[in-house]
Amino acid sequence: MKRLLSRLGSILERDPRKDPNAVVFLLLTFGVIAFPIAIQIVTRGSGSFLISQAADAGVYVLLAIGLNVVVGFAGLLDLGYAAFFAIGAYTYAFIASDHMEFTPIHQAIHIPFWIALLVGMFAAAGAGAILGAPTLRLRGDYLAIVTLGFGEIVPRLFRNASTWTSGVNGISALDTPALPIWLNGPWSGDAFAIVQNFKIIDPLAYYVIMAILVAISVVLVNNLRRSRMGRAWMAVREDEVAAAAMGVNTVGVKLLAFSIGAAFSGFAGTFYGAKLSLVSPENFGFTVSITILIMVVLGGMGNIPGVIVGALLIYYVIFNILPGLPQQASDFANSIGATSLNSPSGDWPGLAGEVQRLKYLIFGLILVLTMLLRPQGLLPSRQRAEELQKGVHEDTTIEDVNAEAT
Amino acid sequence: MVGSLKQARIAFVEAPIGRLVNLLVILAVLYVIFILAMKVVGQGPSYFLQILTFGVANGAIYALVALGYTMVYGIIELINFAHGDLFTLGGFISVFLLPIFGLDASKAGTAGIILPLLAVFIVTMLICGAINVSIERVAYRPLRRAPRLAPLITAVGMSFVLEGVMFLWKGPFNVPYPNLLPTTGFVIGGATIGVKDIFVIVVAGILMVVLALFVSRSRLGKAMRATAQDQDATELMGIDINRTIAATFFIGAVLAGAGGTIFGLYYNTMVFDLGFSAGLFAFTAAVFGGIGNIQGAALGGLLIGLITALWDGYMESTWTQVIIFAILILVLVFRPTGLLGMRVPEK
Amino acid sequence: MTDRGAAPPGAQAGDGAILRIDHVTKRFGGLVAVDDVTFDVKKGEIFALIGPNGAGKTTLFNGITGIFPPTAGRIVFQGREITGAKPHQVAAFGIARTFQNIRLFEYMSSLDNVRLGQHCRMHAKLWDSLFKTPAEHREEQRVTDRAMELLQFVGIEQYTHIYARNLPYGSQRRLEIARALATNPALLLLDEPAAGFTPQEKVELMGLVHKIVDQGVTVFLIEHDMKVVMGVSRRIVVLDHGEKIAEGTPEQVRRDQRVIEAYLGTQH
Ligand SMILES: Nc1ncnc2c1ncn2[C@@H]1O[C@H](COP(=O)(O)OP(=O)(O)OP(=O)(O)O)[C@@H](O)[C@H]1O
Ligand SMILES: [Mg+2]
Repeated sequence: MKRLLSRLGSILERDPRKDPNAVVFLLLTFGVIAFPIAIQIVTRGSGSFLISQAADAGVYVLLAIGLNVVVGFAGLLDLGYAAFFAIGAYTYAFIASDHMEFTPIHQAIHIPFWIALLVGMFAAAGAGAILGAPTLRLRGDYLAIVTLGFGEIVPRLFRNASTWTSGVNGISALDTPALPIWLNGPWSGDAFAIVQNFKIIDPLAYYVIMAILVAISVVLVNNLRRSRMGRAWMAVREDEVAAAAMGVNTVGVKLLAFSIGAAFSGFAGTFYGAKLSLVSPENFGFTVSITILIMVVLGGMGNIPGVIVGALLIYYVIFNILPGLPQQASDFANSIGATSLNSPSGDWPGLAGEVQRLKYLIFGLILVLTMLLRPQGLLPSRQRAEELQKGVHEDTTIEDVNAEAT
Repeated sequence: MVGSLKQARIAFVEAPIGRLVNLLVILAVLYVIFILAMKVVGQGPSYFLQILTFGVANGAIYALVALGYTMVYGIIELINFAHGDLFTLGGFISVFLLPIFGLDASKAGTAGIILPLLAVFIVTMLICGAINVSIERVAYRPLRRAPRLAPLITAVGMSFVLEGVMFLWKGPFNVPYPNLLPTTGFVIGGATIGVKDIFVIVVAGILMVVLALFVSRSRLGKAMRATAQDQDATELMGIDINRTIAATFFIGAVLAGAGGTIFGLYYNTMVFDLGFSAGLFAFTAAVFGGIGNIQGAALGGLLIGLITALWDGYMESTWTQVIIFAILILVLVFRPTGLLGMRVPEK
Repeated sequence: MTDRGAAPPGAQAGDGAILRIDHVTKRFGGLVAVDDVTFDVKKGEIFALIGPNGAGKTTLFNGITGIFPPTAGRIVFQGREITGAKPHQVAAFGIARTFQNIRLFEYMSSLDNVRLGQHCRMHAKLWDSLFKTPAEHREEQRVTDRAMELLQFVGIEQYTHIYARNLPYGSQRRLEIARALATNPALLLLDEPAAGFTPQEKVELMGLVHKIVDQGVTVFLIEHDMKVVMGVSRRIVVLDHGEKIAEGTPEQVRRDQRVIEAYLGTQH
């Protein structure tokens, strides 16, 4: 245990005893390994649904890690992040199903999952680059608007261009991903065996693959953060003019951050489409973009473990607690004898209905309260913590620097 | 000596690929306009006049909302995402107030509606103003010195809060708005110009003229323009920045509240998340006209209203939103200062 | 001086000008901030630009570094025209600068500020950064060593791991110089590097400027205080209301009637 701790610490080049991030990483790693085992024990072997949900949560973790590069590292607000998610998912639907047979192409395409992942990733990154190249020259907050517009356009394109996308119905029966090799065992309810060309249907397999993908992403993004690029992003976020004068091609590095974010989104979208075996234009709206943004902001912009924790927490709240809440509320009302609360009348939809309506308000309150009360998020990065508490450089005048010095 | 400096001027500016993209975009826009024009000609003038009337009325509402975006952006450079929802809230509040002021469908079209309706307008506008001032006080002011991302995210959050409140209030359904205005109209050149259309255009027009006069003449208006130019210098001149900014939010919300009421009276239906797309349309209008520029917002609103009406009337309406958002992106990319130029100094 | 493009052979032969300001004008709307200014900065010298408040000195620096390209005229650096180049290109050509109102990356450590300065001299591509290739690792090491060296050079090594915003004022100015030197410039533009300094600090700073020139970097500085300037530079240009009103040695400038008027004029 101790050795593992120091190993992890050395990966982060910091002393784990002083660095809460290392501890969080360690806990996360442990949690990821323990989760399926614990679930199977607690539910006596019928925890597939929860494991599957955890794999879905992984999709959001990937999304949050990617958006964090854009928002947290480079300080760009992307409000249409779900558009790239949609592009990834639809790319998979186009190149890994029978669907193309029913389009003017009349020829089904079946690209293997692992290649499709890359295709989806590059498609999204390309879209990001095309969108970002002209916009990133403009004032910072114009990007927020352009991405918002883009985020509204893309799902509508997929819905309206029905000759190609079968419109609102979406595209279903996407290819099941396959692994060249997989190990069966008691965890899948089989005897030990090595299986070739293994179709990934089992939730546990998705879970394991997801965990590996997330781990790889964390390592890569962390490398980026500590590189020349990471420094340039930080500098651009703080002072674009100074960064440019020091030789940083500000548009270039912002474009890179934006495209990397888009690539993550496309990658996650491909995985999402493959796992769900279905894509529909309704799954990529503004609320999805906002959900991911909330994950990043609440977790702690710029800090990878924070963002992961934020993603898991918000995912759990939105997909686990909130859907069950109406039922619980009405059960509770019944149990205390206030059954009248449960019957709809006039504008009152019944307690369950009313609780169901809380979603928007909760979303909004999380965003507003986080920014007001803990703008650095739950697990902030060091810079962000100070930056958001003390305000930006504009309020540092020469006078108060002098005062500090004396 | 200068001759020895004859070095090749480095081509820093436009790469040829940029020019190609510009050209393609211009061709695409011209093509779309051409198709539209063909359809307009094909359908005859009376239909066109009808669409035009509708477009102007629609545009007047967008303009009212766009003014709020433009004023707030002009003064603190915040894209106030919640503004569109305040517009919806204006509609919701007024539909709640109507029965209190004794207005219901039975009085529709009579002269007796004028005074109560005026009262509803004023109360709605004041409530909206008060709400927006509170929002500014609670959610934006503490973040004024924070990194720019912070208030922007808060504004998005505030938009969800307002939508959430309206969702709790009325649910996900369309909220009917009594049809109070006379449904009569004048027939001009085969097109019917309704009293409703005229009402919308006149009321919005009056409000905008009053606003323009206020900003250019009044002390507060001057303080606003000064604050937009340079907050610190304005403060040094003894002007209360906080009050000026609050006043800007108040006025923006007053216009949005009026806009929401007008929308309800015109369309007779509202829904809790109307403000999301309506707000984006209005923001597009503000950007189109040149953000920070009051006349620009009015012009942009009118144009967006017309484009929406033309597209709905002549092309497939499922694509209207795509078109508006595409316009938004194209304007930001190719002419970020908008049609009339923005009034925001590049800092 | 690694990969800076060498000046084309033959250019500037003889006159040794590293920077040539050639009839440069900059207008902001109706205001002419820099008005048809022409002068040369010679290689290896300490050249000074002085002038009363609002004379257009900073504007000229902004023009040279591509932040606000001039309205008219040409800027030639090492025989190559750089008018209209983007700021990062100008930095890559070998012109670095500091800002009058310090613009450090406040929430980055001093070390990171200086490492960032080396950005345009680094070669790591996205791929290297993602996978931490050995080459990238070596480069980071080298860049870190160089940054330490520069911090030492300007005399603030004790603040290596401190956020820039938490440095004392004087050290912030020194850090800005270190960050500028990190871009490996041939020409260093200093915008009022001694502003707000005590006389003692000013003397120390002038020492640093001499040290920089000794490293083979040409220094072009703006300074309000005539007395300070006289002590450090051989050649001075004076701007007033955007116009060049004098050029020459400190003695010549001091005796120049227009300069005296310009300075007296601003005092009353
Ligand atoms: N971005 C800008 N937009 C408009 N006017 C500007 C801008 N930058 C500078 N100016 C104006 O140009 C003139 C010259 O300013 P500049 O900052 O170059 O003066 P300076 O010589 O550096 O003065 P100081 O000694 O006070 O630093 C001033 O009148 C200033 O107001
Ligand atoms: Mg200056």
